[in-house]
Amino acid sequence: MRNLIAVPVILLTVILQSAVISRVYLLSGIADLPLVMLAAWALQDEVDSAWHWAAATGLLVGFISGISWIVPVLGYIIVVVLAQVFQRRVWQAPLLAMFSITFLGTIIVSVLSLAVLRFSGVPLPLSDVFGLLTLPGVLLNMLLAIPVYAVMRDLARWVYPSPEVE
Amino acid sequence: MALALGGYFSSASNVFTGSLVNLQTWFSARFVALQDFFTSPRDIASLRQRNAELEGEVAKLQAQVIQLQQEVGETEILAALVDFSRANPENTYRAAAVIGRDPSPFLHFVIINRGSNDGILRGMPVVTDQGLIGRIDAVIADAARVQLITDPASSVNVRLQNAETEASLVGSVTGDVTLELIPQDIDVQPGDLVLTSGLGGGYPPDLIIGQVVNVRSRDFDLFQQATVQSVVDFNRLEIVLVIVNFKPVDISPLLPTP
Repeated sequence: MRNLIAVPVILLTVILQSAVISRVYLLSGIADLPLVMLAAWALQDEVDSAWHWAAATGLLVGFISGISWIVPVLGYIIVVVLAQVFQRRVWQAPLLAMFSITFLGTIIVSVLSLAVLRFSGVPLPLSDVFGLLTLPGVLLNMLLAIPVYAVMRDLARWVYPSPEVE
Repeated sequence: MALALGGYFSSASNVFTGSLVNLQTWFSARFVALQDFFTSPRDIASLRQRNAELEGEVAKLQAQVIQLQQEVGETEILAALVDFSRANPENTYRAAAVIGRDPSPFLHFVIINRGSNDGILRGMPVVTDQGLIGRIDAVIADAARVQLITDPASSVNVRLQNAETEASLVGSVTGDVTLELIPQDIDVQPGDLVLTSGLGGGYPPDLIIGQVVNVRSRDFDLFQQATVQSVVDFNRLEIVLVIVNFKPVDISPLLPTP
């Protein structure tokens, strides 16, 4: 039953991404709220359902976006893998892990998008992509990282309340 | 009485009435002060309440003003679209609101709130009162995705009105649109108007796209290139028109396979 919280959270995140975040440009780059949300969720100790969240979010973004669904699904699953690896290694500094995952995740999703689009025959100059899309996107995602992490931490505590100490 | 009427008591009377008046003034002032002392807290409370009511009313009116300004803006856009549709009666239009953008920064798509339930089909051109913005890429029951002409995968066959030549308009990741495949022997000038040519059957002819801003012509290139300033501000798309009576021609079976 706890996993049902994923439905409204993922829907709200993707709607916000499409309706609001996608209209806020830095150069030509935009933030990726679903990616940051998944990274923050996967970093919570109590959470064990981040895989499902990543797959569902990726499919929904793939449905809305013109890009192939492989990119968001694969990209978000890689973000969750990264988060779980970082969670074990830098568990004492969750914000450092959050920033690292956001940075790497944005680069990975960007590279995946570039690869898939170029494979489809869309001409994309590398310099434009990294200078005008990826790096501004990384910066915007970093700005979102802390507030989103705080929200997802509170959500995780609400969904998975810790047992009371007697 | 006779002495008083004769004015013999006037000085004494003045002293008396003056003293009375002073005394009354003193009492009156003290009474008013006491009255203020006892009643002003109640007035402050009622004033605060009234102030809060008025502030609430001001906030409500401000919200109404914002809403009305938004409605005026929408009405102006709709009026311009109606003018456009009247000026182009050969087409049938369906108005739609832009409700979102593609979540990926690599692609330039918008999502509109009209779908197959409203007769929208894949490939239909989408315009504003200013000019062409793109075509329908995917449709569901109540929404559709529009590929803008600024999308890097978009290619539109166009003609230059003044130069009487045809070219191909392509988008980019930055949202700039460029004219390609302009023959070298054609004289293209900044300011030339770019219109759809209708070739390929993807778009109806003579839809305005923009103006040539600058031309790049190098001797060793096969074709010239030109940067185009679109007439549409793609960052501020709110309401668009879908041309629903245009059926795109699929010429892909006719293209030679490599």
